[in-house]
Amino acid sequence: MRQCMQGKSHYHGKGDNEKMTVMIDTGNYIAAKAATMAHPDVVAAYPITPQTTLVEGIANYVKSGEFKGEYICVESEHSAMSACIGASATGVRTFTGTSSHGLLLMHEMLHWAALARLPIVMCNINRVVGPGWNIWTDENDSISQRDTGWLQFYCSSNQEIFDTIIQSFKLAENGKVSLPVMINYNAFILSHTSMPVDIPEQKEIDDFLPKYKPKWKLDVENPITFGNIILPAEYEKVRKDMQNSQENAKKLIPEIAKEWKKKFGRYHGDLIEKYNCDGAEYILLSMGAIGAESRVAINNLRKDGFKIGLARVRTFRPFPKEEILKLGKQGNLIVIDRNISVGSEGAVFSEVKAALYGKSDAKVYGFIAGLGGKDVTYNDIETICKKAVSGKAKDCEWYGLEGV
Amino acid sequence: MKKYDVVTTISYPKKGAMGKTGSWRVFKPILDKEKCVKCLRCWIYCPEGTIIRNKDDTIDIDYEYCKGCGICANVCKVKAITMERETTKK
Amino acid sequence: MAIKDLPDTECVMPGSAACPGCPATIALRTTFKALGKNTIMVVPACCTSVIEGLHPNTSFDVPVMNIAFEAAAAGASGVKAALKQQGKDDITVLAWAGDGGTYDIGIQALSGALERQTDFIYICYNNQIYSNTGIQRSGATPYGAWTTTTVGGKTEFRKEMGEIIQAHHIPYAAQACVSYPEDLYNKVKKAKSIKGPKYIEIIAPCPPGWRFGMEKTVEMGTLAVETGAWALYEYENDVVTFNGKSKLLLEKKIEPKPIEDWIKLQGRFRHLFKPKRDVKRLKEIQEHTDMVWERYRKHHL
Repeated sequence: MRQCMQGKSHYHGKGDNEKMTVMIDTGNYIAAKAATMAHPDVVAAYPITPQTTLVEGIANYVKSGEFKGEYICVESEHSAMSACIGASATGVRTFTGTSSHGLLLMHEMLHWAALARLPIVMCNINRVVGPGWNIWTDENDSISQRDTGWLQFYCSSNQEIFDTIIQSFKLAENGKVSLPVMINYNAFILSHTSMPVDIPEQKEIDDFLPKYKPKWKLDVENPITFGNIILPAEYEKVRKDMQNSQENAKKLIPEIAKEWKKKFGRYHGDLIEKYNCDGAEYILLSMGAIGAESRVAINNLRKDGFKIGLARVRTFRPFPKEEILKLGKQGNLIVIDRNISVGSEGAVFSEVKAALYGKSDAKVYGFIAGLGGKDVTYNDIETICKKAVSGKAKDCEWYGLEGV
Repeated sequence: MKKYDVVTTISYPKKGAMGKTGSWRVFKPILDKEKCVKCLRCWIYCPEGTIIRNKDDTIDIDYEYCKGCGICANVCKVKAITMERETTKK
Repeated sequence: MAIKDLPDTECVMPGSAACPGCPATIALRTTFKALGKNTIMVVPACCTSVIEGLHPNTSFDVPVMNIAFEAAAAGASGVKAALKQQGKDDITVLAWAGDGGTYDIGIQALSGALERQTDFIYICYNNQIYSNTGIQRSGATPYGAWTTTTVGGKTEFRKEMGEIIQAHHIPYAAQACVSYPEDLYNKVKKAKSIKGPKYIEIIAPCPPGWRFGMEKTVEMGTLAVETGAWALYEYENDVVTFNGKSKLLLEKKIEPKPIEDWIKLQGRFRHLFKPKRDVKRLKEIQEHTDMVWERYRKHHL
């Protein structure tokens, strides 16, 4: 359904903007709308389930004339990122999207884009990695890219997808960041599920997101060579500057989120999104769709007398160490990972513990749930939380397979 | 030449990017200007661009960067260029 | 077009990291005389990416984007798309790659960019090996040649990249040689004047890779053409026209020199002569060369 209704926003959040249009559509088509409204000059993409309707959505806007850039149907995801790199290096705004194997195929070029400091924005639809072929959702595809230098968001609603895409261009292109941004959302649960989304007017978006000013570019008036041989000491400086930029992003993400809230009336948290944490003795940390589902679980647990709140991790890179430490000061933490670093544990679990190390007495309970796209309902989440609270949970439990 | 304010691998054009590559030479091209017929084969075939083409199509050799490959001597049809071993004395 | 008519434009400065006698820099100098400075280069991993020199310096006086090995044509597609959006469509986008990044790891991106009718020039300087990484075999390595990964001599004949390119039916493609600068200049100039994807492949005899004295680079190129190991031709509107010596060979107006004349001067074929003549393989190489030219005659005469 791609219906557009004029009128007041009427669902959760503090929207009250008469001029907003409501679009009821799937995460992918909403992402296509957001990407188009950001005026990228080049989109180079390759289809893969369940990202396909995202690139098809943009193709529709090519036909309608709303998308005014160059739309390149490349012949692989590696070429998609390479073409985006070429375009971004020439000094224009670029966008693409992929999922799972496509993301993995462009892995080399993800490193390239980040080291080149190119503010490419990309949606990644979190889909299970094969073999065997599996199109349902888990986070191993994007989590395995966490070392590339890309910033990473995990969205939990179609409205958040829209808002985060526009915010990401602003974030990536900020001179203190100059790093590419990956916006993750779950296969089918978000990508192919329709939700109502407030769409601001184009001129308001243009007001929020000004024209792109590249930090460097390929320019015949000022010839430079990008990417030739660099000696070790110089290379280390590049890495350090990237790290510094991610630290800068930690400050900018909340600023941009607040600016968005002021202008458009919507807020999905910044680095994390807290829900019902007042007086909580346990705080649940989860990402993406599980993060949204967790709200229902928290409400039910609260009704049953558990003093438990939710902190949805919205930004995984930069990892919100300071926010996690604040949560640890409040209560014990329960982490649900929809990913596994085989041979170790869930990524969020590891990084949460690392953030608390030596600075907090909080206990941290780790659970693996929903791998391979296995459904994780609010009932499952409640069961997980109750196990953690009971004190009987082992170090890292695989929900549904052992233990719980 | 504008320098960009960003930390990544950006390099700016420089003659002698690898230093004075004339120091690489074992053999050195010696030009006999009398014999030169100004065909410019040496100029076009020089891999380094160290055969300097003068306005009147005579040539000179840039010894600061010439790597001494010997292509100029090899392609010269009138043997106006000969290769001589560099001495250790400079 | 005589050598003295070639312009003075230089886009590669002296003092690069190229080996003495390097054919890539000979090819670059001639190419840039035809293209001029209104050019943006995309260079995948290959000798040229090293020739540029060490950061923070570069020997190139045009904008150059280095990119991953397999991605030259894809990167170039992106650059061109961006230039179009900026209203700078007059700037030439040049993808400049070795045979590795063209025949093998880069062939997918190249094929895709050609099929999409990307408006750019793709030039492959072909030294018939993975030279940058130390002389390993590539899809362009000829039969019988020593490389570090085909120590007893390559057991397959090389790909006919020219024919693969022709099957994409692009507006213009050509084969050239560093030893024929006027011919190369004309081909690059022609490519520049045409809209759409253009492909030029330049045979580039490599002294350390082929094992010959560094002063003989130009000689090796000339012999490659005179023996028929490499053909000079142009492909335009589905018609292939041979040039210069190659045309005379095609029309049998002159006889090709025996392929052995080219092979015996290169150390990479030394094992075919010492400790004793490898009669079988030398015969196979000559027969194959003859067969390829018969195929050329069948299709293009």
